[in-house]
Amino acid sequence: MKINILKSAIGCLTATGFLFSATASYAEDTLRIVSWGGAYQKGQSLGIFQPAAKAMGITVKEDTYGGISDVKLMVKSGADKFDIFSSGAGSCASGAAEGVLEKLDYSIIDVSNHLPGMYSDYCAGADIFSVVAAYNTDTYGEGKGPKTWADFYDVEKFPGTRAMRSKVDAQLETALLADGVPMDQVYKVLDSEEGIERALNKIRTIKPHIAVWWSSGAQHAQLMKDGEVDMTTGWNGRFDVAKEDGAKVAYDWQSGIMDWEGYGIPKGAKNKDLAMKYIAEMMKPEYMAEFAKYITYGPTNKKVYELGLMTDERAKMMPSHPDNAKHQLTLSTEWYSKWRTIAAEMYTEMMTE
Amino acid sequence: MTIAEIEKPNERGLQQVAANERLTFFGLTLPYLLMVTALIVIPVGWLFYLSFIGRDGSLSFENYERMMKSKAYIRIFLTTFKISILTTIICAAIGYPLAYFMSQLSRKWANICMIGVLIPFWTSLLVRTYAWLVLLQKKGLLNNMAIEMGLISEPIKIVHNTTGTLIGMVHIMLPFLILPLYANMRAIDKDTLKAASSLGATPTRAFWTVFFPLSLPGLLAGLLIVFVLCLGFYVTPAILGGGRVIMAAMKISSNIELYFSWGAASALGVVLLVVTGIILFIASKLVSMDQLGNR
Repeated sequence: MKINILKSAIGCLTATGFLFSATASYAEDTLRIVSWGGAYQKGQSLGIFQPAAKAMGITVKEDTYGGISDVKLMVKSGADKFDIFSSGAGSCASGAAEGVLEKLDYSIIDVSNHLPGMYSDYCAGADIFSVVAAYNTDTYGEGKGPKTWADFYDVEKFPGTRAMRSKVDAQLETALLADGVPMDQVYKVLDSEEGIERALNKIRTIKPHIAVWWSSGAQHAQLMKDGEVDMTTGWNGRFDVAKEDGAKVAYDWQSGIMDWEGYGIPKGAKNKDLAMKYIAEMMKPEYMAEFAKYITYGPTNKKVYELGLMTDERAKMMPSHPDNAKHQLTLSTEWYSKWRTIAAEMYTEMMTE
Repeated sequence: MTIAEIEKPNERGLQQVAANERLTFFGLTLPYLLMVTALIVIPVGWLFYLSFIGRDGSLSFENYERMMKSKAYIRIFLTTFKISILTTIICAAIGYPLAYFMSQLSRKWANICMIGVLIPFWTSLLVRTYAWLVLLQKKGLLNNMAIEMGLISEPIKIVHNTTGTLIGMVHIMLPFLILPLYANMRAIDKDTLKAASSLGATPTRAFWTVFFPLSLPGLLAGLLIVFVLCLGFYVTPAILGGGRVIMAAMKISSNIELYFSWGAASALGVVLLVVTGIILFIASKLVSMDQLGNR
């Protein structure tokens, strides 16, 4: 009797699930893409998603999502919500390791003009961004704020409140760079629990000065705009958009940690073939150049510079511009696929102390 | 005729009626029982089961082992209970006098006060939380006003910490305490207080020996609702706590993102459920509900 009730209950639930998935109809020439919202997705939408869709004569519906975990949960539960997602290289790599992504077909997607390392088997790089140390120009004066990570961690030279990310990503690197580890040694040092602990200990030294642990790009932009903290780690493009909005914020490329974002396809996406062609279209330099007009995230496709699609003035604002890139550490996706989970737990432990 | 038939002439008939009545009542509760089974028993059981599923999909204790290994989990649970208990106490300290005041007013004025309680209650939680952020932040309305009036020289930190979290949570939780408490106080017969006075009790004494005990069931119901709802809070501590107040719900969400598995999150839910159950059990032993009802 009990089992029968259970069975029929499960039957009912499955039936409703089936109905819902059946009603979520899709057309052959429609794609659903998800990204991060805010100033970032606005740029993607106006610069890439919609123009590329128009060029191919298809319909592209946009939505926001919560990151690679959404992809994983969607694939594992057999749901069908989107065909393409925009994701950081590291997250994409961890999704690939979990086996929830479709391998990209680089005979369709042309990456021959991509900067070295700016694409992977499961993620086609679209833009390059940097994690920088941004400071309030009212507090320190334009150009007089912290330039390097060593400055960010120096509470005597630069007194004031700080904000760091509530997740581990691109935060430990800042601590080691501040601790004097040379750029090419950072991931070697981090390649053990002792190394991670060393970075965490460095963060512990400034913990009393960390007023906020931010959780989104919109939040750290707001923190700077409202003058809630004097300096924060965060994504360069968000600060540039905030600055255009009148925020008193500046940063120096010497504190940059470069990372890239790209497009991936969840395993079993119904419109996989079309999604592949659409990603190929989005890799064209003209879209990347258009996107970079809205937010200062640089193109992965070298052709943008070679064809002169971007003004020199704008190009100098991009994290990937040679003058800017030479100061910066490039984020290692390999390190994140190996250590992220362990490092994240250790980071939370440090945060809750 | 037996003695039994003489003493209880309609024994059988009465038994039949009673049996029918029980059946009717059971039939009436059936939809509710089914709903509880479908919406509570099955999902909670499922949660329990999932918490024993490892990342590779096999049965394992890894989700619980992880919680034993890292000190972060115990700290997060302590924070969760600390914040919930503090919110509950502050709600009681503010809510009890307010509910008492409202219960002494005429119906008309009490209803007007009630609107004041209900309008924030009906406003979106997210809107109220962000409103508090705007009010309390470093260059927010409150700090700016206090500085301009010369009350303080430096902005004080009242948000992105425990204080801010408590302010936001108390504001959101207060109606949950006031509503049952007010209903209870309204139902208290005012003549009992008059009787106490006529027997020589001072107003203070009459309040503490007559009114307060009679209002306890309402107070306890309110405290219980507030406490349990606080345990699962997510948005308010996430925004007003500034990452420095991490409660269980926030760790549950970050564990899904971190481990890509329901199990890692379910285990936290199970522990929270069990610990809450134990606390409520102890509380119910200390303050017997039946006793309160019989006073």
